Amino acid sequence: MFAYFIRRLLATIPVMGVVALFVFSLLYISPGDPAAVIAGDIATAEDIARIRAKLGLDEPYMVRFGNWLWALAHGDLGVSIFTGLPVARLIGQRIEPTVALTVCTLIVTIALAVPMGVVAAWKVGTWIDRSVMGFSVLGFSIPVFVIAYLLIMLFSVQLGWLPVQGYRSINEGWWPFLSHMILPSAALGTVYMALIARITRATMLDVLSQDYIRTAQAKGLSSNQVLLGHALKNASVPIVTVIGIGIALLISGVVVTETVFAIPGIGRLTVDAILRRDYPIIQAVTLLFSGVYVLINLAVDMSYTFLDPRIRY
Amino acid sequence: MWRGFRDAFRRHPTAILGGVLLLVMVAAAIAAPWLWTVDPQALSPVRRLKPPSGEYWFGTDMLGRDVYSRVVYGARVSLTVGIAVAILSTVLGLALGMLTGFVRWIDAILMRVMDGLMSIPAVLLAISLMALTQASLENVIFAITLSEVPRVVRLVRSLVLSLREQPFVEAATAAGTGIARTLVRHILPNTVAPLLVQGTYIFASAMITEAILSFIGAGTPPNIPSWGNVMAEARSLFQIAGYLILFPGIFLSLTVLAVNLLGDGMRDALDPRLARRM
Repeated sequence: MFAYFIRRLLATIPVMGVVALFVFSLLYISPGDPAAVIAGDIATAEDIARIRAKLGLDEPYMVRFGNWLWALAHGDLGVSIFTGLPVARLIGQRIEPTVALTVCTLIVTIALAVPMGVVAAWKVGTWIDRSVMGFSVLGFSIPVFVIAYLLIMLFSVQLGWLPVQGYRSINEGWWPFLSHMILPSAALGTVYMALIARITRATMLDVLSQDYIRTAQAKGLSSNQVLLGHALKNASVPIVTVIGIGIALLISGVVVTETVFAIPGIGRLTVDAILRRDYPIIQAVTLLFSGVYVLINLAVDMSYTFLDPRIRY
Repeated sequence: MWRGFRDAFRRHPTAILGGVLLLVMVAAAIAAPWLWTVDPQALSPVRRLKPPSGEYWFGTDMLGRDVYSRVVYGARVSLTVGIAVAILSTVLGLALGMLTGFVRWIDAILMRVMDGLMSIPAVLLAISLMALTQASLENVIFAITLSEVPRVVRLVRSLVLSLREQPFVEAATAAGTGIARTLVRHILPNTVAPLLVQGTYIFASAMITEAILSFIGAGTPPNIPSWGNVMAEARSLFQIAGYLILFPGIFLSLTVLAVNLLGDGMRDALDPRLARRM
């Protein structure tokens, strides 16, 4: 099994290599000269040329790619064109709200969507099943920012229960933090919930039609024991797979959700960077999020051996 | 014909509903100039931010433009992007997928590239491309297509790999049929049905991605009245003029819903075994 972990870890290298090459190529062809940014406004042409040579910007493509990778390995993500600050520092300042939002959303959606799918499969064909499936189709169809605005209009503007926008750090207390997290998490999580509920229901239906489920029921186990102990446990591999793949939806949604709710996270940083054409930030965020996505799916792959002891590599 | 429609409706009510809804949207998009609309770009500063009324059905925006006209014309943009991305990524994915399924060395290289592209979340991939180019409808279509192609390639490749082992393909090869002819005559027809379903889902997700891109300022240029653009302009105004978000939002959601229902219906019709589960 250890050998499998190592092999799986090594398999992510070509994937991340392609991502890195893609991101670097876009940076390579992007207009704007990092040397000019660093030199500032009063630099002469010779100054800029000297900085270019020092930074290795005159080197050929592959050499620059190597240098860029080397810098990346040392945590250097380049310099923002607009602010002149290191991109790594800008991302570091913005990472807390984004992590808070995604973790809140992940916990809430998984805690709600899996039971929804289980109950829908158990009560297949009833109104419960139909409403879960209806929610799922709607969740796939309404874009995240439309849901976000509908939630704000209802719960913040009409009812006045929750704040309209903004972010409070957890250091300022639990309630201020949570009250600013509820609506963004609900908006961001809807499509993800729809996906997980749908897959949970489909896999559970498959598992529930198997013989050992009938045996479990025949020997007198309660429906809770059958559903959770026998069925859900055996349905867990596809469900966890979709939880991993669906993270891509969350990442795409974070950019939009942070814009609507004015949350000063990495998504907001990206949108501001689009308006200012600040390519190093955009490419660094793309690289970072893709890396997170690959790592999460690596973890998902490795969790199979724990979820299903029959899987041996 | 009417009876056939009624039977189909009885068997797949939601799919027919989706199909009809989509047809209505397409008809509205084509007939936009004759649906009591005015020029969607006509400015009228004295009539800024008027709420919905008998004169302005969906109200006016911050520049006094008629929101109803902008929403109806916006259907053209969304549907164009959706259909174009669906067709382009299906055709490209089909070609690349068949190639990977039959040529070993291309498979090894191309699938690594596809794995890499697939690990970049779709919206970010499109953003990083759009940031480099001019905002235009063509570039939006290209950027979204690039993020959808890998999934089609994967699907086609898996279809080709399983079809290749089928007896009828073996028989064709044994009879001396060349690779090109085998691909076109025996493999291609068997990929049509799954690709049709996949293409429908791409249609739906491309419309959402376009709206997201336009909403965050990385999509269609501001002079095109797309649903995402109308909502983007209302970002700072939504507390005083919620209708600016509401109407384009409803139209976008309804259109995506229609396409999704149609896709679900086609999937069920093509794979009845799966229909019960999904």
